[in-house]
Amino acid sequence: MLRLPKFELCTPTTLAHAVALLAESPDALIVAGGTDLVPNMKHELFTPSRVVSLAQVSELRGIRRGADGSLAIGAMTSLAEVAASALVRAQAPALAQACSLVAGPQLRTMGTLGGNVLLDTRCQWYNQTYFWRQALGFCMKKDGEVCHVVKGGKNCVAAASNDSAPALMTLGATLEFASLRGRRAIAIDDFWVADGICNKRVERDEVLVSVHVPKAPEGHRGAYGKLRDRGSIDFPLLGVAVRLDLDAQGAVEHADVVVTALAAQPKRIAKLDAVLHGQRPGSSDFEVAVAEAAALAHRQCKPLPNIPGDAEYRRDMVPVYVKRTLLAAARGEGPVHHV
Amino acid sequence: MGEYQLEINGDSHDVSAPDHWTLLEVLRYRLGLTGSKQGCDKGDCGACTVLVDGQPVLACLTLARASEGRAITTIEGLMPAHLRAGGTGADPLQQAFDRCGALQCGFCQSGMILSARALLERCPRPSREDMRDALSGNLCRCTGYTQIFEAIESAVAEKLHLQPNLRSWEAQRAAQEPSR
Repeated sequence: MLRLPKFELCTPTTLAHAVALLAESPDALIVAGGTDLVPNMKHELFTPSRVVSLAQVSELRGIRRGADGSLAIGAMTSLAEVAASALVRAQAPALAQACSLVAGPQLRTMGTLGGNVLLDTRCQWYNQTYFWRQALGFCMKKDGEVCHVVKGGKNCVAAASNDSAPALMTLGATLEFASLRGRRAIAIDDFWVADGICNKRVERDEVLVSVHVPKAPEGHRGAYGKLRDRGSIDFPLLGVAVRLDLDAQGAVEHADVVVTALAAQPKRIAKLDAVLHGQRPGSSDFEVAVAEAAALAHRQCKPLPNIPGDAEYRRDMVPVYVKRTLLAAARGEGPVHHV
Repeated sequence: MGEYQLEINGDSHDVSAPDHWTLLEVLRYRLGLTGSKQGCDKGDCGACTVLVDGQPVLACLTLARASEGRAITTIEGLMPAHLRAGGTGADPLQQAFDRCGALQCGFCQSGMILSARALLERCPRPSREDMRDALSGNLCRCTGYTQIFEAIESAVAEKLHLQPNLRSWEAQRAAQEPSR
């Protein structure tokens, strides 16, 4: 039995009230679906005096299509709703697929897109009970100074484990935050930092309001691939988001692959566009280019033993999943999932 | 300490519990509704599954007071709801689980039945694949999944007046018959 530490729970019904409640208390935390924060609080990784629940703030829910064809997804929209949305599936297939593979059915009903974007990083030496962590000796991410993953390491290497993040990066999404200081928007590519302790550029008192996904071109294809031990519940051992934009002749105009769960921030595979540009899916040249892209990804990814699952195995799976996910995207299929 | 009301199984309950209590703790230790099980208590196992507005969620990760104004259904509420709707006996899924021996230790059972109930509400004739998907957040450590799927199929067959599929042990026996 795991008890939560004591806190005061606030349940505002408007965004303005939520923002004010957060600003009032120097250690207040936001809870959206609670599927990440609640177990973390049970493990005493966070012990806030005040928790502000956004469950009753209805203005943060829903998926809207703007006049320019872009999508605005409220941060409190559940992962199940995003995965099932006809709009998202049509315009941002990689995002719908990524959300459909987060955890299991109950957790997708509870968990929100905003919560998944802001998910805490994970590490096998961190996501443990206080008793467990104390017995081993605390790590630098919480209560200690050393790193158990990299002996003598100076930087935390806990893994970004949010499936939605790489998909949103391939889609060029923007995040909109609100605080007492007003609103600000940040491109999701600029949102991450290579620090496992906190891998995001966000202040404690800011509320993620919505995620904006620009309109994709006519020939847009996307897919998401996920490696995990079980076919449900688990966090990713590797996540691969793919974007392929095809021109009027059906050749690749733009290609993008972002992988996650390997390091503290999602990683874009460099020089991949040059490999796939101009190739026509279905042709033998395309298959060769996909194999080359997979090899490129393998060279650029060097996972650490930060989350469960052998690091070498996870590295070997990078080209396998990049290849399968690229081929699935080209066929307009996906997600790629082994079970 | 918070004073609030929760709507559980169609009844309104006055609750007095600390803010940091989960819905599972309120159900079990304030209201005596111990049908929802406390398994891993951190969102892995699904033993605490309840329905909130008809959707399966994990009570161990739900802050009780944040569920104010939502319709909560626990395993205790299925039979009364079935009787109110004019049925007899327990909920057809509960009867099917009994008929098919879909449990060994029974610890996962209430979560399994509630996940299955939510599935049948949105999909009256699910495939095995639909069932696997809907129950993929509920772990049975006795590994009795086959009988659980057969129980759901049995409940569907009964409701839709279909010929039920042979259960796995019946199919095995049928295959052995000629050699006897």
